[in-house]
Amino acid sequence: MKALSRVYIALVMIFLYAPIAVLLLYSFNSSTSTIVFNGFSLQWYKVLFADGTTLRALYNTLLLAVCSSVTATVLGTAASVGIERFRKSAFRASVMATTNIPMMNPEIVTGVSMMLLFVFIGRMLRINSVLGFGTMLIAHVTFNLPYVILTVLPKLRQTDKNLAEAAMDLGCKPVSAFFKVVFPAITPGIITGMIMAFTLSLDDFIISYFTSGPGFQTLPIVIFSMTKKRVKPDMYALSAIIFISILILLILYNIAQQKSEEKTAKKH
Amino acid sequence: MENNIIFDLKNITVAYGDNIVLKNLNLSIHDREFITLLGPSGCGKTTTLRIIGGFIEPDEGEVFFEGKKINGVPPYRRQVNTIFQRYALFPHLNVYENVAFGLRLRHLPEKEVKETVREMLELVNLKGFEKRHISSLSGGQQQRVAIARALAVKPRVLLLDEPLGALDLKLRKDMQVELKNIQQRLGITFIYVTHDQEEALSMSDTIVVMDNGLIQQIGTPEDIYNEPRNAFVADFIGESNIVDGIMLKDLYCQFSGQKFECLDKGFAPNEQVDVVVRPEDVDVVPVENGMLKGTVTSVTFKGVHYEIIVDIGGFKWMIQTTDYQAEGDRIGLYIEPDAIHIMKKSEYSGMFGDYSSFSEEYEELSNAEEPEDDEDNGEEEDL
Repeated sequence: MKALSRVYIALVMIFLYAPIAVLLLYSFNSSTSTIVFNGFSLQWYKVLFADGTTLRALYNTLLLAVCSSVTATVLGTAASVGIERFRKSAFRASVMATTNIPMMNPEIVTGVSMMLLFVFIGRMLRINSVLGFGTMLIAHVTFNLPYVILTVLPKLRQTDKNLAEAAMDLGCKPVSAFFKVVFPAITPGIITGMIMAFTLSLDDFIISYFTSGPGFQTLPIVIFSMTKKRVKPDMYALSAIIFISILILLILYNIAQQKSEEKTAKKH
Repeated sequence: MENNIIFDLKNITVAYGDNIVLKNLNLSIHDREFITLLGPSGCGKTTTLRIIGGFIEPDEGEVFFEGKKINGVPPYRRQVNTIFQRYALFPHLNVYENVAFGLRLRHLPEKEVKETVREMLELVNLKGFEKRHISSLSGGQQQRVAIARALAVKPRVLLLDEPLGALDLKLRKDMQVELKNIQQRLGITFIYVTHDQEEALSMSDTIVVMDNGLIQQIGTPEDIYNEPRNAFVADFIGESNIVDGIMLKDLYCQFSGQKFECLDKGFAPNEQVDVVVRPEDVDVVPVENGMLKGTVTSVTFKGVHYEIIVDIGGFKWMIQTTDYQAEGDRIGLYIEPDAIHIMKKSEYSGMFGDYSSFSEEYEELSNAEEPEDDEDNGEEEDL
């Protein structure tokens, strides 16, 4: 039984990670072949970093991910504080339901509906090409928001309800009471939410596809348009970089979560 | 007396929707006194405290601090500090920084901050804990940090919201003594909220018994215990047998079918009254010598005494006696005139003081729905 479970685990690991291992390996292939490994080289990384379109897309992707995750974090944290004030009310339940919609909704529906809305408003305002960075930012903030709220809200609930009052009691004005004592207490949740929003924004394709315009393309879209032709190994190199970046983020995310758990574990 | 009143609440009314939490409350708090707001859950005691702290604005009525009206003055501008139920220490700061928090907000020089923190930690017996993290402290130590933090800013009045509720019994007793000592040493006013009558009796100069948003009685612990004003107070503070009686004339009353001498007067002849007899004031005597006669229905050993329930004509009395009585025995009871306390009839008459439904009524009281402690039971509900 034990041997069987080991085999099973091994199979799962192989299916999950073998493709990525192959991808990493072939990104260092010295030939154009996608089948035969001819020898180690960094030439596809050089090609990649010489490719203006791809680099531009990478820059766009990062810019969008940073902007949307920061915006979503600020809005989400503010929203969480507001939602937390409404306890046990129908209002709170309905706000939470609304919050969860972008998460539950199939991305294709969100994507198409957002595109329709943007184009409609664009027409109304007589803007020719409304789709671009702005529309993508709005779209990304929209689907990032629930994740931020869902990570910040539990942290808020864990903190002592009287924390802000205690600070005010000692002489803090309400706003500074929040930043001096409540904010530090929920920081782990905020960071987790921000990292989550960042990664989600980084690799979103469907919603981005519908809300982007010709002037502003992100990596997933660029890669997708390339797959219509032949995929060159420089895309392997790019995928390898993205994979490694996401891996690092994931590890950071886990460390942050571990730390906050340790903190709460100590408290009880 | 008028000039040393530090807080004056006048005609305070607070309502959450249809739920009236405080009804036209009037309360004067003297400087340097240890005053306790005592009552069951939902009686409005925490709300009263939060009004004094500035966290709740009364819907009606006025709050005076040393004769000046302070309605609308925010908490951070009041010379009042609060010890919260679960201490509300700042988890990201160490003990030193927690105590220094209020001092830093006042932009005091670092030397002065250091001096005050040292002094405060000494006061609460936490010397050497400066660098410790809040999460590494026990409940009792956290409690001490909370006290040090509140006292560091030298408040005129300290508000304590059931501060010992989370501690175990032994620690609670120690802290009661310590709090009382601190209060006397610093000579500041303590306003203490609790539902624990024993805590209130042992610590307070003045007790304010509250129920249903109304003050039932204000007085010294002795007054409250010996001269309860109505059945609610008599029942809430200690144990009481409360029976229907008639005041035949001054110093002479009748209950349970017998006539008794008592020390109360000033009632109308033959006025219907409530009669209170404390369980420890009744002597158990042989049946033939008893002023009242009854059958023992249950016996509980309590350590210092036995608690026996005696059925007298269908009404169950609780008696505390050091002599063992067997269940089913016929015994006589002897009641001295000074053991009898007469109260006017009130809305609480007939609700308390009969031990045939022992413990159930207490459950009912302490489970009452309580909007002011909303934070406490909010955990049940999730997303």
